[in-house]
Amino acid sequence: MNLAPHLPALQVVVPLIAAPLTVLLRQRSVAFAVALVASWLALAISLLLWWQVANTGIISYAIGSWPAPWGIEYRIDRLNSFILVLVAGIAALVLPFSRASIESEVAAQQHYLFYTMFVLCLAGLLGIAITGDAFNIFVFLEVSSLSAYVLIALGRDRRALFAAYQYLLMGSIGATFLVIGIGLLYLMTGTLNLADMGQRLASVQGTRPVLAALAFITVGVSLKLALFPLHQWLPNAYTFAPSAVSAFLAATATKVAVYVLLRFYFTVFGESAVFARLPMQQMMLLLALAGMFAASTIAIFQTDLKRLFAYSSVAQIGYIILGLSFNSVSGLTASIVHLFNHGVTKGAIFMLLGCVALGVGGTSLTRVQGLGKRMPLASFGMVIGGLSLMGVPGTAGFISKWYLLLAALEQGQWWLVFMIALSSLLAAVYVWRFVEAAYLREPHQNTTNVAPTPWLMSVPTAILVLAIVYFGLDTSFTMGTASEAAAALIGGSR
Amino acid sequence: MTGATTSMTLGSHFTYFITIFLMVAGLFIVISRPNLIKKLIGLGIFQTSVYLLYIAPAKLIGGTAPILSNAFTVYSNPLPHVLILTAIVVGVATLALGLALVVRIREAYDTIEEDDILARDSNAEDNGNAT
Repeated sequence: MNLAPHLPALQVVVPLIAAPLTVLLRQRSVAFAVALVASWLALAISLLLWWQVANTGIISYAIGSWPAPWGIEYRIDRLNSFILVLVAGIAALVLPFSRASIESEVAAQQHYLFYTMFVLCLAGLLGIAITGDAFNIFVFLEVSSLSAYVLIALGRDRRALFAAYQYLLMGSIGATFLVIGIGLLYLMTGTLNLADMGQRLASVQGTRPVLAALAFITVGVSLKLALFPLHQWLPNAYTFAPSAVSAFLAATATKVAVYVLLRFYFTVFGESAVFARLPMQQMMLLLALAGMFAASTIAIFQTDLKRLFAYSSVAQIGYIILGLSFNSVSGLTASIVHLFNHGVTKGAIFMLLGCVALGVGGTSLTRVQGLGKRMPLASFGMVIGGLSLMGVPGTAGFISKWYLLLAALEQGQWWLVFMIALSSLLAAVYVWRFVEAAYLREPHQNTTNVAPTPWLMSVPTAILVLAIVYFGLDTSFTMGTASEAAAALIGGSR
Repeated sequence: MTGATTSMTLGSHFTYFITIFLMVAGLFIVISRPNLIKKLIGLGIFQTSVYLLYIAPAKLIGGTAPILSNAFTVYSNPLPHVLILTAIVVGVATLALGLALVVRIREAYDTIEEDDILARDSNAEDNGNAT
């Protein structure tokens, strides 16, 4: 049997089948093996799909052979093949990491269920990215969200429960807003296929239900991607979740939500409709700037590193939305590249924090005092991640900030260049707080012995840290894909 | 606008008024009630209003299921009904998970009032014994 034409379906089906398998097998090492195989297969499939799209163009796959627009279509272009690689890549690295990491953070009898939820979340996120059907997006969004709530609630601190509950409320409201928006669009166009919807919307553009749909979808997805000031669920969720979960969600969940926003704005509504009839550009610009400054400022005053970097995530989302608000090819390119680079950077940072939590028993700033001497490699990795957040040349973060600056200059907005530089300075301040504690302070007395980091944790983490540097030096993969994806979005592939 | 057209608008938009009322009422409960169970009830009402938003326009009075026969000419659109069947399943799963979390929260905090939970956490932090 030739499986090659069915790769789009397998991308989602493989992790989706692995999820019930892990429940049935129960044995935690067997469950781990199944989950690991599923996540690596997903990565292999996503790379194959990326390669296929790069060579032969858009892939359209009709689920169950029902042709679009009646059936559900999986449609893979440059943009979502890029997102698929990011999500599957992070999952393939976090999963081996999680085996040793949850050993100390999750009760042993729950381990196999952890893997179930993890691959289910992966299936959901891949599904959102790959599908070309509006209602299918909602279903996969809920698959990934429900499993994410469970993963967060697995944290050993009781506050993890309340964080998961709050995320559940906010996430469900966000998803329901999205369904309301999709429902209004369906009423106006009579189709759920995204590309078809985009074409049919042209004749009813600017009517009140369509504008209402735009508003509902914007608010709903903004809740999911933690756009300031709708980010309230994020810091607690990332702080109290198990380390592996923080790493996976921080690197992928909000990024996939950004993808959904891009897809709706540029494929369904079309940039002219989004930005012409409502002051979306100004609104997005304002919220992005507010996020960049407010969240970075809050981050500076945190005493726990996980919470500090969670707020930093909110600020970095601001950069991504800022690029989007320019409504230009270069702005979108910067957004898409930053989406990838920030995913890699944050994934690495939260995985390092997982190693640190295991090594010295916590991630508060007092715990990591003198970390430079006690865990030299981990603190060096943290510094690289921090430099990437600031946007220092030689790291992935520099590439995306550089293109964001260029995009701002192209708009002739000199003051924005100044603002981006200023908020990077805030990033430097919160990263410095870690550097100061790790290198300039003496170790805390009552935490003298450092637990060794298992190789299952250190190797994936090291790979991701090296990826930060690699994507800072060789941009052919990231920039090449992102610029083509942005051109396709703006150029009207619809 | 004359009285007749106003009542026409009211009549033809009747389901939308109900939908919006349920939507806003549900959202208001989620925001204003500190009790975690009541919040979930509000969330349920909010989600249910969306079912109505999909179903009401799809239903034709006197319409049947789309059966291929000369005896039936007026059909209701089956697709929104199917979509909402999926949404109901999602809603049930969300509610179940939410309630399960509330049970765990009650075990850990011995309360399901949001204010009490926040107060207990900040007390624990002040005493320095937060785990």
